[in-house]
Amino acid sequence: MADSSPMQIVVDGLVKRFGAFTALDGISFGVAHGEIMGFLGPNGAGKSTLIRILCGLLRPSAGRALVAGIDVAGDPEAVRRRIGYMSQKFSLYGDLSVVENLRFFGGIYGVSEAEMPERLRFAVDMAGLTGREDALVATLAGGWKQRLALGAAILHRPAILFLDEPTSGVDPGSRRRFWNLIHALSEEGVSILVSTHYMDEAEYCHRIALINRGRLVALGTPLELKQHSLGGELLALEGERIGEAIAPLARAPGVRDVAMFGNALHVLVDQAALRLPALLALLAGSGIADGRGRRIDPSLEDSFVHLVAAKLPPTEVAS
Amino acid sequence: MSACAAVAIEVDGLEKRFGALTAVAGLSFSVRPGEIFGLVGPDGAGKTTAMRMLASVMRPDAGRIVIDGIDVLASPEQAKSHISYMPQRFGLYEDLTVDENIRFYADLFDVPARVWQARAEKLLAAADMTPFRRRLAGQLSGGMKQKLGLACSLVHTPKVLLLDEPTTGVDPLSRREFWQILYSLRSEGVAMLISTAYLDEAERCDRIAMLNAGTMMYCDTPAALKERMPGAMLEIITPDPRAAHDAVRGLPGVRGVLMVGTGIHVHVDSGERRTQIAAALTAAGIGIESLEEVAPSIEDLFLALLEQDGAGEGG
Ligand SMILES: Nc1ncnc2c1ncn2[C@@H]1O[C@H](COP(=O)(O)OP(=O)(O)OP(=O)(O)O)[C@@H](O)[C@H]1O
Ligand SMILES: Nc1ncnc2c1ncn2[C@@H]1O[C@H](COP(=O)(O)OP(=O)(O)OP(=O)(O)O)[C@@H](O)[C@H]1O
Ligand SMILES: [Mg+2]
Ligand SMILES: [Mg+2]
Repeated sequence: MADSSPMQIVVDGLVKRFGAFTALDGISFGVAHGEIMGFLGPNGAGKSTLIRILCGLLRPSAGRALVAGIDVAGDPEAVRRRIGYMSQKFSLYGDLSVVENLRFFGGIYGVSEAEMPERLRFAVDMAGLTGREDALVATLAGGWKQRLALGAAILHRPAILFLDEPTSGVDPGSRRRFWNLIHALSEEGVSILVSTHYMDEAEYCHRIALINRGRLVALGTPLELKQHSLGGELLALEGERIGEAIAPLARAPGVRDVAMFGNALHVLVDQAALRLPALLALLAGSGIADGRGRRIDPSLEDSFVHLVAAKLPPTEVAS
Repeated sequence: MSACAAVAIEVDGLEKRFGALTAVAGLSFSVRPGEIFGLVGPDGAGKTTAMRMLASVMRPDAGRIVIDGIDVLASPEQAKSHISYMPQRFGLYEDLTVDENIRFYADLFDVPARVWQARAEKLLAAADMTPFRRRLAGQLSGGMKQKLGLACSLVHTPKVLLLDEPTTGVDPLSRREFWQILYSLRSEGVAMLISTAYLDEAERCDRIAMLNAGTMMYCDTPAALKERMPGAMLEIITPDPRAAHDAVRGLPGVRGVLMVGTGIHVHVDSGERRTQIAAALTAAGIGIESLEEVAPSIEDLFLALLEQDGAGEGG
């Protein structure tokens, strides 16, 4: 029961099977006190499944999960009192008003009547819904619902937060405000596991856990991921109809990977300076007259695409 | 008549009120065949409301909508057969499998089996969902559901596509695949109206309209909109973007600061502020790897224009 581990969240060899399908395949990592851990991975990687296990909503098939030092499978109730959880799936009541929803969730999480008015004001203000306290949630725009759901999750000041794609569909201005709030919470010591598909948001996390098909494929700071996960240097090549050069480039010596980024190709090579001249010549030879290129620093999206698209052996997946 | 329509979507003076609230106020624009037209704007701007009226799911209080030559308000049923509409929250049958859901939508629009089967195969491959065709929709992950919704919306190819935040929750790899599909539809002459909260996607549209509080503020190509950016944009690469953000905010001439991964974008009234800003960072003990004037991104622009029009963020 005691908080003996410095880690507020410990995931240890977690496995989750749904029938014959393995959604989580032995994942281990930890989240420290006050740490913001970004949780990345393609659709279906297993992020929500893991978060639901950590919230005590789903039992693991094998392995162990500790939250605030408590074994989740052993005492899910004790865990739930210490955490805030924002589900990826919309979880508010459409036929209740903004304030009624907050009161309802405050009650579930044990916010005292004395504290309630201040917490309600905080949440309404954070969601930018001042003046719309009595609006039915069903009539709110998508982005506002999302903000309100976050307010509901932190109403009771939990020490540990699980946020499953909290900003999906939220406009850029609100996303910034939202991340300022996440950082403020972290500075107060709140540990946060937050999943996202926005790579710019991943940059703001202290560390990132990237999973693919139920397995952890990278764990580290954003900088570490960008610098070490590619295993080579990156060139950006541009030119008219550059897409047609993908196949010949992929076969060129020294080239490890080619991916389309907007209007450019990002080419992973062993040594940028060494390979660039030959690749430019190859572009010219492929009929791309205005081909040009330069070495670039990899972005997190480069790392993501590289780590996830890395051709894995075909999996035998059941229905 | 529809074969020679030079505009696929024409919207004129569209208006919708909910009680005292005007959700859409006098909206006018048109979309050509083979054009991708983006709708962006803050939460609650009226994007979904506008789209619902175009899809004839909701009746406007005023205005006119013509889709592929058909007056939507006069003949909503006829217009519907020219449209595919993907709502912000797509209704899947959770107790049907992936394949069965697609088939349901194909039947609804009388798409011949040969056609929809071939298309479904392509769409599911792009979504990286081929192995899951026999899984119940209710057991899919959030993003997989979203991608299935997209596949259902694209299984018949009408002349006009209305997509309300189609890529919300879709991972970066699948989003690319999805845009490739939109580009190929564009080359087939399909007109697309698409709302998005991902401003890198707005960048990919042929034209974008920026809505705020129901009103259209700007409508142009991404490049032309960037020309309108008031002042200048400085990009500062630094080891500590958060500290730099706080240090630069509130300096004279600084209109906005945006963290962008490894640094910050500073919106200033003039590029000449750079020395002043560099000095302030140095004084605060924050390292600068580089400081350059850069072309604004659509996200920079979005925030700058909203600030300018007094609708910026509160905090
Ligand atoms: N009840 C279930 N029965 C069968 N399979 C399931 C069930 N719940 C989840 N899955 C499968 O487990 C895998 C992981 O799903 P999960 O929701 O954890 O993914 P995710 O990483 O959160 O994806 P997304 O980014 O789309 O939200 C998916 O293939 C999903 O279809
Ligand atoms: N049925 C309704 N009754 C009352 N108000 C409504 C209704 N539908 C929408 N609104 C209001 O109309 C405004 C516009 O909402 P809309 O959903 O069109 O915004 P949006 O631009 O799609 O936002 P988001 O990006 O968050 O999805 C909001 O203030 C919303 O609360
Ligand atoms: Mg998920
Ligand atoms: Mg909307």
